[in-house]
Amino acid sequence: MKTAGLQDESRRKFLKDSAVAMGGLVIGFYLPGMAGRAYAAEAEPKPVYPPNAFIRIAPDNSITIVVNKSEMGQGVYTSLPMLIAEELEADWSLIRVEAAPVAAVYNHTVFGMQLTGGSSSVPSSWEQLRRVGATGRILLIRAAAKKWGVPESECQAANSQVMHAKSGKQASYGALAEAAAKLPLPDNVPLKDPADFKLIGKPTKRLDTPEKINGSAQFGIDVRLPYMLTVLIARSPVFGGTVKSFDASKARKHPGVRGVYQVPTGIAVAATGFWPAKTARDLLEIEWDEGPGVKLSTPKMRADYLALAKYPGMVARTDGDIAQGFKAAHKSVSAEYEVPYLAHATMEPLNVAVDLKPDRCTIWTGTQAQTMDRAMAAQIAGLKPEQVQIHTPYLGGGFGRRANPRSDFVREAVEVAKVIGKPIKVVWTREDDMRGGYYRPMWADRIEAAIARDGNPLAWKHVIVGQSIVADTPFEGMLAKNGLDNTSVEGAATFPYAIPNVQVELHSPKNAVPVQWWRSVGHSHTAFVVETMIDELAYLANRDPVEYRLDNLPAASRYRGVLNLAAEKAGWGKTQLPKGHAYGIAVHESFGTCVAQVAQVSMENSRVRVHRVIAAVDCGMVVNPDGVRQQVEGAIAFGLSAALHGAITLEKGRVMQTNFDKYTPLRFSEMPEVEVHIVPSKERPSGIGEPGTPPIAPAVANAVFALTGERLRRMPFDKETRA
Amino acid sequence: MISFNLNGKTTRVEVDPTTPLLWVLRDHLHLTGTKYGCGMSQCGNCTVHLDGKAIRSCVTPVSAVSGKQITTIEGLAATVLGKTVQSAWQEVDVPQCGYCQSGQIMAATALLTEHPDPTEAQIIAAMDGNLCRCGTYNRIRAAIRMASEQLGEAK
Repeated sequence: MKTAGLQDESRRKFLKDSAVAMGGLVIGFYLPGMAGRAYAAEAEPKPVYPPNAFIRIAPDNSITIVVNKSEMGQGVYTSLPMLIAEELEADWSLIRVEAAPVAAVYNHTVFGMQLTGGSSSVPSSWEQLRRVGATGRILLIRAAAKKWGVPESECQAANSQVMHAKSGKQASYGALAEAAAKLPLPDNVPLKDPADFKLIGKPTKRLDTPEKINGSAQFGIDVRLPYMLTVLIARSPVFGGTVKSFDASKARKHPGVRGVYQVPTGIAVAATGFWPAKTARDLLEIEWDEGPGVKLSTPKMRADYLALAKYPGMVARTDGDIAQGFKAAHKSVSAEYEVPYLAHATMEPLNVAVDLKPDRCTIWTGTQAQTMDRAMAAQIAGLKPEQVQIHTPYLGGGFGRRANPRSDFVREAVEVAKVIGKPIKVVWTREDDMRGGYYRPMWADRIEAAIARDGNPLAWKHVIVGQSIVADTPFEGMLAKNGLDNTSVEGAATFPYAIPNVQVELHSPKNAVPVQWWRSVGHSHTAFVVETMIDELAYLANRDPVEYRLDNLPAASRYRGVLNLAAEKAGWGKTQLPKGHAYGIAVHESFGTCVAQVAQVSMENSRVRVHRVIAAVDCGMVVNPDGVRQQVEGAIAFGLSAALHGAITLEKGRVMQTNFDKYTPLRFSEMPEVEVHIVPSKERPSGIGEPGTPPIAPAVANAVFALTGERLRRMPFDKETRA
Repeated sequence: MISFNLNGKTTRVEVDPTTPLLWVLRDHLHLTGTKYGCGMSQCGNCTVHLDGKAIRSCVTPVSAVSGKQITTIEGLAATVLGKTVQSAWQEVDVPQCGYCQSGQIMAATALLTEHPDPTEAQIIAAMDGNLCRCGTYNRIRAAIRMASEQLGEAK
């Protein structure tokens, strides 16, 4: 696989082109330390969104909501329509959902491009979509008032009807829609007082469930075009390798094969279906020029990273005077932490269908990043972005993999379509997907910390080593400052504990392993390191881990609410746990949301067994409480998969895990009981897709320490899967 | 030519007999509710019923189902049991991304066919081979229990 991708010159050009294609409004994908309220910028300046871009009301009264975010399990096809329906006064039972095409009106209000990520869908749409709904309601009322010749102020809307109480007249939205669509947009659209919400805040069933339980939900892999060929690609076994020579004579003769082609990423086999393409690909004989990537091996990289962690890096945070802090220390401790590369391993492997014509390109793929992918497809196809359309079916999981800053899977598919000249669907096998890179980076961390005589933390020096996920991508300019990638240090440079002397440093070594954001991004490793070390300091000070955290947090910290709630619900310090069980706690803020988790663990045959997780969440106002519960349950399973088993390792440049036999997400029998408690809040909503993931690994590690006295500082905890 | 009963209808396919049933369903018969996840019986996304029992269609050559009865997610609602399981899934709101759910539902239905009132151990034995990356396992268990209760009440 050609991971270096573009040559320098064309890469620079692409970065420039995509910056243009994405428009000038790009503020930042991840906004460091972004609290929910930072999204107030969402509506500044307040553009008026035409309701017809988001709402279509049919004469039969059905309402189609066009959703501009990709549904990958996080529930946006329910939560976002709820925002519109609330203000529209729509009858919820009449709502249907449709995926938005690619168009500027569907751009993310903060990121300035069509993108689903950063746990930002609800927070960034909170003002926008409620205003869209309210605008629609006003227009429908206005249309009715005009028709009846009565003052608007005497009309009311509810349940997809406009009523005029005095005359007893009423009309359905379906009957009014056409007239309403012709009226000019109102300028001043007030929003409801949250106290008047009828839908927002109520547990609401997902609108996509009926399709997902009878097999009719369409995922990218289910797309079929007339005369379409299925394409499988043999990619380099080593990152950055290229084809030296190949013999496709056997593959070409294989039944069902329609062609074998050299493409930039390898050798493509086009056939009448997946099975002939796969079995023909097995017959290819390819000699690879493996390149320098062949030198990559996990043991060597680990040693290099740990060595680097002993040297000063780029400074991400300095408070007080770290040297003085250590001089005044009463007791100190130092520790090294390691976490491996991780694959997203979405259940639906990557796939892209492309119909490329001389003057247009139509793409069907489960993407989180339509605008970037369209810009890339246009560049490869030699078309203008507006000549490219992307249809977004359901995503069989995303977790960040489907928002690739290099548009890797879309780029490759358009390259293949150009070569083959027929409608195609590139399908990745599980092995292709797992070996294909764009992993959560491997990290090594070193912390030295000290406590004062009173036991409170006095000095904290944290050195982080790992690849930047934004280096050499269109996001570099936004997310890295003077070469310092904020996503590498988020959660470490931003923790709220009141420690007088803090220094956080970063090394961003480069290598050929492609890396990318992975559910919760930098927090997926920084929470583990910070929250296990804080726990360690609590024990060093001989204090209770919950009390110790509370004692060292600012009075206004939102960590307090979730810590107290999780501890209370778990009966922290009170509940008599079964023999051989222990509790551990961790708390972390990410994407504006604070989550505390208490994990109840035991050891079974020297393996960690997690029985129960009590989570407390402060994500501001909640749109769909059941959606929040789903996301936290899922985020815990995702984080536990990594904590217990997850590791992608390399030998001689080759990825050692190719399928679920060696890289195993949490199984049914390993799933703990999960309780999710929500802190009541009147703040605007913050993210919920990711924030449940970071605290679980440290909560479990802290519980294991409480039980065994052993500090787990390397993930995964299951030694057999570390390799 | 291989012939089998698919969702109650006799179906004939002209295909290499070593082709896994999964790809016959998806690419030849265009029944895409059955999903590809791993191709090696590790994830259960491709679970269908062969004469009422759960099998992994990704490792079952189509020749092995000749003359047999195959039920996929698309045909599940034809039975009271299938409908009951689907409605429990709806009631509990199990799916997130939804990709694995056809396989989960097929595995759960086969379990309840054999054990209408399953023990926890029987649930684990039936469901542990079905991966869900979204972590819907607790809801899957709740839906199985709910369906089991409803089936018991109906008796």
